[in-house]
Amino acid sequence: MYDSGKIIIGIGIFLLFVAFPFYYTAIGKPVVKPDPRIDTPAIQAMEKKQCVESKNAMKTLHMQMLNDWRDAVVRDGQRFYVATDGKTYNMSLQNTCMHCHSNKKKFCDECHNYMAVKPYCWDCHIEPKEGA
Amino acid sequence: MAIKRREFLKIAGLSVAAGLGGFSAFTGLRSGILEASQYVRDPKELKASRWGLVIDMSKLNQEDIRRIMDVCHKKHNVPAIPNPKDEIKWIWPESFEHSFPGQESPYMGDAIKHQPYLVLCNHCDNPPCVRVCPTKATFKRADGIVMMDMHRCIGCRFCMAACPYGARSFNWRDPRPFIKEMNPEFPTRMKGVVEKCTFCYELLAVGKPPACVEHSNGGIVFGDLKDPNSEIRKIIATKFTIRRKPDLGTLPSVFYVVSDKENKGGHEHVG
Amino acid sequence: MLDKALSGSKTYWGWIVFLLAIIGAGFLFYLQQFAQGLGITGMSRDVSWGFYISQFTFLVGVAASGVMVVLPYYLHDYKAFGKITILGEFLAIPAVIMCMLFIFVDMGQPLRVLNVILHPTPNSVMFYDMVVLSGYLFLNLLVGWTVLHAEKKGIAPPKWIKPFIYISIAWAPSIHTVTAFLYAGLPGRHFWLTAIMAARFLASAFASGPALLIILCMIVRKFTKFDPGKEAIQALGKIVTYFMITNVFFLGLEFFTAFYSAIPGHTHPFVYLYVGLEGYSKLVPLMWISSILAVVSLVLLLFPQLRRNETILAIASICVFFSLWIDKGFGLIVGGFVPNPFEKITEYWPTVPEATISLAVWAVGALVLTILYKIAVSIKEASGGDAAH
Repeated sequence: MYDSGKIIIGIGIFLLFVAFPFYYTAIGKPVVKPDPRIDTPAIQAMEKKQCVESKNAMKTLHMQMLNDWRDAVVRDGQRFYVATDGKTYNMSLQNTCMHCHSNKKKFCDECHNYMAVKPYCWDCHIEPKEGA
Repeated sequence: MAIKRREFLKIAGLSVAAGLGGFSAFTGLRSGILEASQYVRDPKELKASRWGLVIDMSKLNQEDIRRIMDVCHKKHNVPAIPNPKDEIKWIWPESFEHSFPGQESPYMGDAIKHQPYLVLCNHCDNPPCVRVCPTKATFKRADGIVMMDMHRCIGCRFCMAACPYGARSFNWRDPRPFIKEMNPEFPTRMKGVVEKCTFCYELLAVGKPPACVEHSNGGIVFGDLKDPNSEIRKIIATKFTIRRKPDLGTLPSVFYVVSDKENKGGHEHVG
Repeated sequence: MLDKALSGSKTYWGWIVFLLAIIGAGFLFYLQQFAQGLGITGMSRDVSWGFYISQFTFLVGVAASGVMVVLPYYLHDYKAFGKITILGEFLAIPAVIMCMLFIFVDMGQPLRVLNVILHPTPNSVMFYDMVVLSGYLFLNLLVGWTVLHAEKKGIAPPKWIKPFIYISIAWAPSIHTVTAFLYAGLPGRHFWLTAIMAARFLASAFASGPALLIILCMIVRKFTKFDPGKEAIQALGKIVTYFMITNVFFLGLEFFTAFYSAIPGHTHPFVYLYVGLEGYSKLVPLMWISSILAVVSLVLLLFPQLRRNETILAIASICVFFSLWIDKGFGLIVGGFVPNPFEKITEYWPTVPEATISLAVWAVGALVLTILYKIAVSIKEASGGDAAH
């Protein structure tokens, strides 16, 4: 093999570069499991602590749901969502979702930071005022 | 990408099944979810085939104009940016000669020439901004409202070049520091997107009139231009009204009743 | 073939480092623009497109002008252009890349730029612009690379490439026509609302592009052992001459229509650009420099005795290039926004960050051009400079 030394160094540098995300996370801050909270006054006051849809559906699908909602409201002019249980909700991140989930830091950011996703919702939608 | 609701519900069912680990739960929830949830409109929603406005300048004075502008801008979190280069506005006064260029004459008195008119998006029936938008971020609704989808706008500003009425503003910077009091019920915008008047679609959806109409003391009338019995049609049929730049074929939905006198109450002019 | 770009003289590497430095400076300013928004430019609510979009417009012309060497060679078997078709094609590639970069840096939300593909909108001219520009980039890469590769091996280019060459010839005017349609179909912008816009765009493109190619040929000859040939350069000179005359003629037509009809909306932008309107005259000196350069270039080009002198041809080419760069790469776009729809005047002038970012985009183009030309010229030097058929 010609230039084997150079090739090996090259491969080394390449691996170092490719593996960057792994050791960057490993060396960085200790990983804390996200622990989203729903202990807001609005939710505490609810008789049955139930979101728009089931907890599992919300957990896995809230992003698509919000995406669909915004198209329905902004593009199709359909404002309201009749949920599985027959309840009607105003499809509004700011005025419906965040009304109950007024703890954005402990509810939204907790998982989003852990997953390193940065939704740009809050560039426009006003986040609820939080004490802390 | 948007998931179809059917698909959404299917996945929802599956995920629930995975969560509970039971097949019976799966079938039970699945059938329930599939049939039950849907998008609906408020029965109180105000509907029209083509929304339009008549702005009667003889009924609006300086104070009315200022109030309407303030109410609209506050309600929609429109920032007050002092540098005119970066300015954002949805509804604002312009003098007659600037609102209707080509209609003025050298012999017109200054009072008429400089009389302020309220200008805003014309919600054209044939909107050039919609024609040029490369992402359908601006589009025409079935009821004639020219809407903006701020989520989709890429900030190319083709619509600003296309609009013959200067109705569109671009967020040259983050608008938030320039909003004095935020209306927590309405979003702001982010830097890099275009915005304009949306005919208060969010109010119509819950059965309320546009904010400018509500705060105009009768100076602005809104209604369905396609309905011959609507109040707006009666005004257009009986009073002399003009539209901005009608020769361009954009078919504006905003009509003006020209006032032959200075605005009642005020002598302040806009340049 | 890329290896050819990795060995070169000190001058070559010095030039590369110089370009990288400019790109770095522009990139830093772009980071600022990305963080703070387009407010750091001179653009405003009234003049909502500025230097970026006008540079894009000018460069689409440069890209399209590659056809001026490709067409005579492939359709008319004009042998003298055999040596320089690759230079024409390899000029088109960095030009298109610069176009795309200028569009990108002009976006308010650059990360959403793929929405144009995600939500294709055939009624928007910008959608077509994206389609034709990407297509043209692909065609030129494919044709240039394939033909050059064949030459390196000393064989004739493969037959299957011919249809792509013919398509690229028809494609070139289409990219600039579509770019003209961005402007020429907007109601209420009188300055742009003219049926002759696309024709004017093509005329100015086929003058400025070949003028740039003449300068590039001379630079290549000075710095390498590859000689594009006197005949080819003179032929380019003729092309520049005819299209510069056409361009000035078309501009004259615009003046006639505006001022003989005397419709205020049509005259105002011209008045603003050439003498100033209501005391606003920021662009007047520039437009006069452009006009003077146009006149000087025409005098130098019109007389064959003058044009045959290569130094004079070089000066004339520089004049043409800068005259049209000012006219189309600045005045044409800004003029469309002044006065604004309220017949009010807001002036525009690029800021330092804006100018640096623009310069950096040009530096990216120069870098790509240098690398491509380095490869092409190295192969030409090795094969003796003749096209392989």
